[in-house]
Amino acid sequence: MIVAESKPLTEVANLIDNAKKVLIVGCSGCVTVCMSGGQKEVGILASKLRLLRKKEGNPLETVEVTLTRQCDPEYVETLKKYVTDDIDVIISMACGVGVQFLAERYNKWVVPGLNTKFAGGTTEHGVWEERCGLCGECILYKTGGICPIIRCSKSLLNGPCGGSQEGKCEINSEIPCAWQLIYDRMQALGRLDLLMEIQPPKDWSKSRDGGLRKVVREDVKLDE
Amino acid sequence: MTVFEPKIIAFCCYYCAYSAADLAGSMRLEYPANIKIVEMPCSGKTDIRVLLEAFERGADGVYVLGCMEGDCHFLKGNLRAKRRVQEAKKILEEIGISGKRLEMFNLSAAMGPRFAKIANEFTERIRKLGPSPLNKNSTIKEEE
Repeated sequence: MIVAESKPLTEVANLIDNAKKVLIVGCSGCVTVCMSGGQKEVGILASKLRLLRKKEGNPLETVEVTLTRQCDPEYVETLKKYVTDDIDVIISMACGVGVQFLAERYNKWVVPGLNTKFAGGTTEHGVWEERCGLCGECILYKTGGICPIIRCSKSLLNGPCGGSQEGKCEINSEIPCAWQLIYDRMQALGRLDLLMEIQPPKDWSKSRDGGLRKVVREDVKLDE
Repeated sequence: MTVFEPKIIAFCCYYCAYSAADLAGSMRLEYPANIKIVEMPCSGKTDIRVLLEAFERGADGVYVLGCMEGDCHFLKGNLRAKRRVQEAKKILEEIGISGKRLEMFNLSAAMGPRFAKIANEFTERIRKLGPSPLNKNSTIKEEE
Protein backbone atom coordinates (compact mmCIF):
# COMPACT_ATOMS: atom_id res chain seq x y z
CA MET A 1 0.00 0.00 0.00
CA ILE A 2 0.93 3.65 -0.22
CA VAL A 3 1.88 4.71 3.29
CA ALA A 4 1.24 8.27 4.41
CA GLU A 5 1.14 10.20 7.67
CA SER A 6 -0.72 13.27 8.87
CA LYS A 7 0.75 16.69 8.35
CA PRO A 8 1.16 18.62 11.62
CA LEU A 9 -2.01 20.47 12.61
CA THR A 10 -0.38 23.91 12.44
CA GLU A 11 0.75 23.23 8.87
CA VAL A 12 -2.75 22.23 7.75
CA ALA A 13 -4.21 25.23 9.60
CA ASN A 14 -1.82 27.49 7.65
CA LEU A 15 -2.67 25.78 4.36
CA ILE A 16 -6.38 26.54 4.72
CA ASP A 17 -5.53 30.10 5.78
CA ASN A 18 -8.70 32.00 6.61
CA ALA A 19 -11.19 29.64 4.95
CA LYS A 20 -14.69 29.63 6.43
CA LYS A 21 -15.82 26.27 5.09
CA VAL A 22 -13.61 23.35 4.15
CA LEU A 23 -14.37 20.01 2.54
CA ILE A 24 -12.21 17.27 4.05
CA VAL A 25 -12.02 14.26 1.78
CA GLY A 26 -10.81 10.89 3.00
CA CYS A 27 -9.90 7.82 0.98
CA SER A 28 -10.93 4.25 1.81
CA GLY A 29 -7.89 2.79 0.07
CA CYS A 30 -4.30 2.54 1.31
CA VAL A 31 -4.49 5.49 3.70
CA THR A 32 -7.38 3.91 5.58
CA VAL A 33 -5.29 0.77 6.08
CA CYS A 34 -2.29 2.78 7.27
CA MET A 35 -4.62 4.80 9.49
CA SER A 36 -3.78 8.22 8.16
CA GLY A 37 -6.59 9.29 5.82
CA GLY A 38 -9.68 7.15 6.36
CA GLN A 39 -13.09 8.14 7.69
CA LYS A 40 -11.82 8.19 11.27
CA GLU A 41 -8.79 10.36 10.54
CA VAL A 42 -10.98 12.74 8.53
CA GLY A 43 -13.17 13.09 11.63
CA ILE A 44 -10.17 13.74 13.85
CA LEU A 45 -8.65 16.37 11.54
CA ALA A 46 -12.03 18.09 11.17
CA SER A 47 -12.45 18.15 14.94
CA LYS A 48 -8.90 19.46 15.50
CA LEU A 49 -9.37 22.27 12.99
CA ARG A 50 -12.77 23.24 14.40
CA LEU A 51 -11.38 23.29 17.95
CA LEU A 52 -8.37 25.37 16.89
CA ARG A 53 -10.56 27.88 15.07
CA LYS A 54 -13.11 28.01 17.87
CA LYS A 55 -10.31 28.84 20.27
CA GLU A 56 -9.13 31.63 17.96
CA GLY A 57 -12.68 32.97 17.75
CA ASN A 58 -12.82 32.33 14.01
CA PRO A 59 -15.23 29.40 13.62
CA LEU A 60 -14.72 26.93 10.81
CA GLU A 61 -17.37 24.84 9.12
CA THR A 62 -16.28 21.40 7.97
CA VAL A 63 -17.82 18.89 5.58
CA GLU A 64 -16.48 15.35 5.85
CA VAL A 65 -16.65 12.86 3.00
CA THR A 66 -14.68 9.65 2.48
CA LEU A 67 -14.51 8.29 -1.05
CA THR A 68 -14.00 4.63 -1.98
CA ARG A 69 -10.81 5.72 -3.73
CA GLN A 70 -9.45 9.09 -4.77
CA CYS A 71 -7.30 7.62 -7.53
CA ASP A 72 -10.23 6.66 -9.78
CA PRO A 73 -12.23 9.31 -11.66
CA GLU A 74 -15.53 7.47 -11.14
CA TYR A 75 -15.23 7.87 -7.37
CA VAL A 76 -13.83 11.40 -7.60
CA GLU A 77 -16.96 12.26 -9.59
CA THR A 78 -19.21 11.22 -6.68
CA LEU A 79 -17.75 14.11 -4.67
CA LYS A 80 -19.46 16.59 -7.01
CA LYS A 81 -22.54 17.18 -4.86
CA TYR A 82 -20.37 18.19 -1.91
CA VAL A 83 -18.23 20.66 -3.85
CA THR A 84 -20.62 23.58 -3.45
CA ASP A 85 -19.87 27.26 -4.13
CA ASP A 86 -19.35 28.04 -0.45
CA ILE A 87 -16.49 25.54 -0.07
CA ASP A 88 -13.31 27.63 0.21
CA VAL A 89 -10.72 24.85 0.37
CA ILE A 90 -10.68 21.10 -0.20
CA ILE A 91 -8.32 19.12 2.04
CA SER A 92 -7.45 15.76 0.49
CA MET A 93 -6.54 13.12 3.05
CA ALA A 94 -5.29 10.73 0.36
CA CYS A 95 -1.81 10.14 -1.04
CA GLY A 96 -0.41 12.62 -3.56
CA VAL A 97 -2.37 10.87 -6.30
CA GLY A 98 -5.70 11.66 -4.64
CA VAL A 99 -4.76 15.30 -4.09
CA GLN A 100 -3.94 15.67 -7.79
CA PHE A 101 -7.05 13.85 -9.00
CA LEU A 102 -9.25 16.15 -6.91
CA ALA A 103 -7.35 19.23 -8.12
CA GLU A 104 -7.69 18.11 -11.75
CA ARG A 105 -11.44 17.52 -11.44
CA TYR A 106 -12.59 20.44 -9.29
CA ASN A 107 -11.99 24.12 -9.74
CA LYS A 108 -11.16 24.69 -6.08
CA TRP A 109 -8.05 25.26 -4.00
CA VAL A 110 -6.99 21.70 -3.05
CA VAL A 111 -4.41 21.11 -0.32
CA PRO A 112 -2.87 17.89 1.03
CA GLY A 113 -3.66 16.80 4.59
CA LEU A 114 -1.01 14.07 4.53
CA ASN A 115 2.62 13.57 3.68
CA THR A 116 2.89 10.59 1.33
CA LYS A 117 5.85 8.51 2.49
CA PHE A 118 6.42 5.29 0.56
CA ALA A 119 5.11 1.98 -0.79
CA GLY A 120 5.25 -0.44 2.07
CA GLY A 121 3.46 -2.80 4.40
CA THR A 122 2.43 -3.29 8.02
CA THR A 123 5.13 -5.01 10.08
CA GLU A 124 3.11 -4.75 13.30
CA HIS A 125 -0.03 -2.87 14.30
CA GLY A 126 0.97 0.77 14.12
CA VAL A 127 4.27 0.21 12.30
CA TRP A 128 4.70 0.48 8.54
CA GLU A 129 7.88 -0.18 6.60
CA GLU A 130 9.02 0.62 3.11
CA ARG A 131 9.41 -2.36 0.81
CA CYS A 132 9.21 -1.20 -2.80
CA GLY A 133 11.11 1.58 -4.56
CA LEU A 134 8.73 1.64 -7.56
CA CYS A 135 11.78 1.43 -9.83
CA GLY A 136 9.80 0.16 -12.80
CA GLU A 137 11.66 -3.10 -13.44
CA CYS A 138 11.50 -5.72 -10.73
CA ILE A 139 14.67 -7.67 -9.94
CA LEU A 140 13.45 -9.44 -6.80
CA TYR A 141 13.96 -12.82 -8.50
CA LYS A 142 17.70 -12.17 -8.45
CA THR A 143 17.88 -11.38 -4.75
CA GLY A 144 15.73 -13.95 -3.01
CA GLY A 145 12.74 -11.64 -2.61
CA ILE A 146 14.61 -8.88 -0.76
CA CYS A 147 14.81 -5.59 -2.62
CA PRO A 148 18.29 -4.05 -2.71
CA ILE A 149 16.98 -0.97 -4.50
CA ILE A 150 15.01 0.31 -1.54
CA ARG A 151 16.37 -1.66 1.39
CA CYS A 152 20.05 -1.05 0.68
CA SER A 153 20.91 2.57 1.54
CA LYS A 154 23.05 2.77 -1.60
CA SER A 155 20.69 0.74 -3.82
CA LEU A 156 23.64 -1.51 -4.70
CA LEU A 157 23.12 -4.32 -7.19
CA ASN A 158 26.38 -6.05 -6.29
CA GLY A 159 26.51 -5.78 -2.52
CA PRO A 160 27.33 -5.67 0.25
CA CYS A 161 29.58 -2.65 0.54
CA GLY A 162 32.29 -2.09 3.15
CA GLY A 163 29.78 -0.38 5.41
CA SER A 164 27.98 -3.61 6.25
CA GLN A 165 28.90 -4.36 9.86
CA GLU A 166 27.53 -7.25 11.89
CA GLY A 167 24.51 -7.39 9.65
CA LYS A 168 23.71 -3.69 10.05
CA CYS A 169 24.06 -0.75 7.72
CA GLU A 170 26.69 1.89 8.40
CA ILE A 171 24.18 4.71 8.11
CA ASN A 172 22.16 3.51 11.11
CA SER A 173 22.85 0.61 13.44
CA GLU A 174 19.13 -0.17 13.56
CA ILE A 175 18.82 -0.71 9.83
CA PRO A 176 19.63 -4.25 8.68
CA CYS A 177 22.06 -4.51 5.78
CA ALA A 178 19.90 -5.59 2.83
CA TRP A 179 22.79 -7.49 1.29
CA GLN A 180 23.40 -9.41 4.50
CA LEU A 181 19.69 -10.36 4.43
CA ILE A 182 20.00 -11.38 0.79
CA TYR A 183 23.13 -13.45 1.45
CA ASP A 184 21.54 -15.20 4.45
CA ARG A 185 18.40 -15.98 2.52
CA MET A 186 20.25 -17.26 -0.54
CA GLN A 187 22.38 -19.44 1.72
CA ALA A 188 19.26 -20.86 3.39
CA LEU A 189 17.75 -21.57 0.00
CA GLY A 190 20.99 -23.11 -1.30
CA ARG A 191 21.19 -20.59 -4.13
CA LEU A 192 24.42 -18.75 -3.26
CA ASP A 193 25.65 -19.46 -6.79
CA LEU A 194 23.21 -16.82 -8.08
CA LEU A 195 25.11 -14.16 -6.17
CA MET A 196 28.31 -14.99 -8.08
CA GLU A 197 26.82 -13.43 -11.17
CA ILE A 198 27.89 -9.80 -11.68
CA GLN A 199 24.87 -7.55 -12.18
CA PRO A 200 25.19 -4.95 -14.94
CA PRO A 201 24.06 -1.38 -14.21
CA LYS A 202 20.28 -1.13 -13.90
CA ASP A 203 18.26 0.59 -16.60
CA TRP A 204 17.09 3.58 -14.59
CA SER A 205 15.15 5.01 -17.56
CA LYS A 206 12.26 2.85 -16.36
CA SER A 207 12.37 4.49 -12.96
CA ARG A 208 11.71 8.13 -12.07
CA ASP A 209 13.11 9.62 -15.20
CA GLY A 210 11.63 11.48 -18.14
CA GLY A 211 8.42 12.72 -16.56
CA LEU A 212 5.37 10.76 -15.52
CA ARG A 213 5.22 7.08 -16.31
CA LYS A 214 2.21 5.48 -17.87
CA VAL A 215 0.86 1.95 -18.14
CA VAL A 216 -1.49 1.32 -21.08
CA ARG A 217 -3.55 -1.84 -21.51
CA GLU A 218 -5.29 -1.86 -24.87
CA ASP A 219 -7.27 -5.00 -23.96
CA VAL A 220 -9.12 -3.32 -21.10
CA LYS A 221 -9.71 0.11 -22.67
CA LEU A 222 -13.33 1.05 -23.29
CA ASP A 223 -13.06 3.52 -26.20
CA GLU A 224 -14.03 2.29 -29.69
CA MET B 1 -16.44 35.90 45.29
CA THR B 2 -17.12 33.91 42.16
CA VAL B 3 -16.68 30.17 41.77
CA PHE B 4 -16.14 28.53 38.43
CA GLU B 5 -18.28 25.40 38.05
CA PRO B 6 -16.62 23.23 35.39
CA LYS B 7 -18.46 20.85 33.12
CA ILE B 8 -16.76 17.48 33.31
CA ILE B 9 -17.50 14.34 31.34
CA ALA B 10 -16.45 10.98 32.79
CA PHE B 11 -16.41 8.11 30.33
CA CYS B 12 -16.92 5.05 32.53
CA CYS B 13 -16.28 1.42 31.75
CA TYR B 14 -19.35 -0.68 32.57
CA TYR B 15 -17.31 -3.35 34.35
CA CYS B 16 -15.54 -1.10 36.83
CA ALA B 17 -16.20 2.62 37.11
CA TYR B 18 -19.90 2.44 36.35
CA SER B 19 -20.37 -0.05 39.19
CA ALA B 20 -17.95 1.91 41.37
CA ALA B 21 -20.15 4.97 40.83
CA ASP B 22 -23.14 2.92 41.96
CA LEU B 23 -21.22 1.79 45.01
CA ALA B 24 -20.18 5.35 45.82
CA GLY B 25 -23.89 6.21 45.74
CA SER B 26 -24.88 3.30 47.98
CA MET B 27 -22.15 4.30 50.40
CA ARG B 28 -23.58 7.84 50.43
CA LEU B 29 -20.22 9.25 49.36
CA GLU B 30 -20.35 12.76 48.03
CA TYR B 31 -18.76 13.81 44.79
CA PRO B 32 -19.27 17.00 42.78
CA ALA B 33 -22.36 17.40 40.64
CA ASN B 34 -20.07 18.69 37.86
CA ILE B 35 -19.39 15.14 36.73
CA LYS B 36 -21.58 13.82 33.93
CA ILE B 37 -21.18 10.07 33.50
CA VAL B 38 -21.20 8.37 30.11
CA GLU B 39 -21.32 4.59 30.22
CA MET B 40 -19.09 2.60 27.90
CA PRO B 41 -19.09 -1.19 27.34
CA CYS B 42 -15.31 -1.10 27.98
CA SER B 43 -12.74 1.70 28.18
CA GLY B 44 -11.43 0.16 24.94
CA LYS B 45 -14.40 1.91 23.30
CA THR B 46 -12.53 5.20 23.83
CA ASP B 47 -12.31 7.07 20.55
CA ILE B 48 -10.20 10.21 20.07
CA ARG B 49 -13.03 11.72 18.02
CA VAL B 50 -15.46 11.38 20.93
CA LEU B 51 -12.99 12.84 23.43
CA LEU B 52 -12.43 15.85 21.16
CA GLU B 53 -16.16 16.20 20.57
CA ALA B 54 -16.75 16.46 24.31
CA PHE B 55 -14.45 19.50 24.39
CA GLU B 56 -16.03 20.89 21.25
CA ARG B 57 -19.44 20.68 22.88
CA GLY B 58 -18.40 22.60 25.94
CA ALA B 59 -16.65 20.28 28.40
CA ASP B 60 -13.97 21.92 30.56
CA GLY B 61 -12.48 18.56 31.49
CA VAL B 62 -12.85 14.95 30.41
CA TYR B 63 -11.65 11.73 32.00
CA VAL B 64 -11.80 8.08 31.12
CA LEU B 65 -12.16 5.43 33.81
CA GLY B 66 -11.06 1.90 33.03
CA CYS B 67 -10.35 -1.29 34.94
CA MET B 68 -7.06 -1.85 36.74
CA GLU B 69 -4.29 -2.76 34.31
CA GLY B 70 -4.35 -6.51 33.75
CA ASP B 71 -7.99 -6.75 34.86
CA CYS B 72 -9.81 -5.62 31.70
CA HIS B 73 -12.91 -7.74 31.05
CA PHE B 74 -11.92 -7.72 27.40
CA LEU B 75 -8.23 -8.28 28.24
CA LYS B 76 -6.58 -5.20 26.71
CA GLY B 77 -9.28 -2.54 26.27
CA ASN B 78 -7.93 -0.37 29.08
CA LEU B 79 -4.38 -0.49 27.69
CA ARG B 80 -5.65 0.66 24.30
CA ALA B 81 -7.66 3.42 25.97
CA LYS B 82 -4.51 4.59 27.75
CA ARG B 83 -2.66 5.07 24.45
CA ARG B 84 -5.58 6.87 22.86
CA VAL B 85 -5.96 9.20 25.83
CA GLN B 86 -2.23 9.98 25.62
CA GLU B 87 -2.60 10.83 21.93
CA ALA B 88 -5.67 12.99 22.59
CA LYS B 89 -3.74 14.83 25.33
CA LYS B 90 -1.06 15.67 22.76
CA ILE B 91 -3.72 16.96 20.38
CA LEU B 92 -5.19 19.18 23.11
CA GLU B 93 -1.72 20.58 23.83
CA GLU B 94 -1.22 21.22 20.12
CA ILE B 95 -4.52 23.12 19.93
CA GLY B 96 -3.67 25.05 23.08
CA ILE B 97 -6.41 23.72 25.34
CA SER B 98 -3.94 21.99 27.75
CA GLY B 99 -3.57 18.23 27.95
CA LYS B 100 -4.18 18.43 31.70
CA ARG B 101 -7.89 18.75 30.98
CA LEU B 102 -7.94 15.11 29.91
CA GLU B 103 -6.87 12.12 31.98
CA MET B 104 -7.28 8.39 32.34
CA PHE B 105 -7.65 6.65 35.71
CA ASN B 106 -7.89 2.98 36.64
CA LEU B 107 -10.07 1.50 39.34
CA SER B 108 -12.12 -1.59 40.12
CA ALA B 109 -15.87 -2.05 40.69
CA ALA B 110 -15.20 -2.34 44.42
CA MET B 111 -13.56 1.07 44.63
CA GLY B 112 -16.49 3.37 45.37
CA PRO B 113 -14.38 5.67 47.57
CA ARG B 114 -11.71 5.91 44.83
CA PHE B 115 -14.41 6.89 42.33
CA ALA B 116 -15.49 9.75 44.59
CA LYS B 117 -11.85 10.74 45.24
CA ILE B 118 -11.04 10.90 41.52
CA ALA B 119 -14.19 12.96 40.91
CA ASN B 120 -13.25 15.39 43.66
CA GLU B 121 -9.61 15.72 42.67
CA PHE B 122 -10.28 16.08 38.96
CA THR B 123 -12.97 18.69 39.55
CA GLU B 124 -10.52 20.60 41.72
CA ARG B 125 -7.84 20.34 39.02
CA ILE B 126 -10.18 21.74 36.35
CA ARG B 127 -11.43 24.43 38.69
CA LYS B 128 -7.82 25.59 39.12
CA LEU B 129 -7.20 25.49 35.36
CA GLY B 130 -10.30 27.63 34.81
CA PRO B 131 -12.80 27.44 31.96
CA SER B 132 -11.75 25.80 28.70
CA PRO B 133 -10.47 28.46 26.27
CA LEU B 134 -13.30 27.33 24.00
CA ASN B 135 -15.99 28.30 26.50
CA LYS B 136 -16.10 32.04 26.45
CA ASN B 137 -19.36 32.19 28.39
CA SER B 138 -18.70 29.73 31.20
CA THR B 139 -20.91 29.39 34.20
CA ILE B 140 -19.16 31.37 36.88
CA LYS B 141 -21.70 31.72 39.61
CA GLU B 142 -21.66 33.86 42.68
CA GLU B 143 -20.74 31.96 45.81
CA GLU B 144 -23.42 32.23 48.45
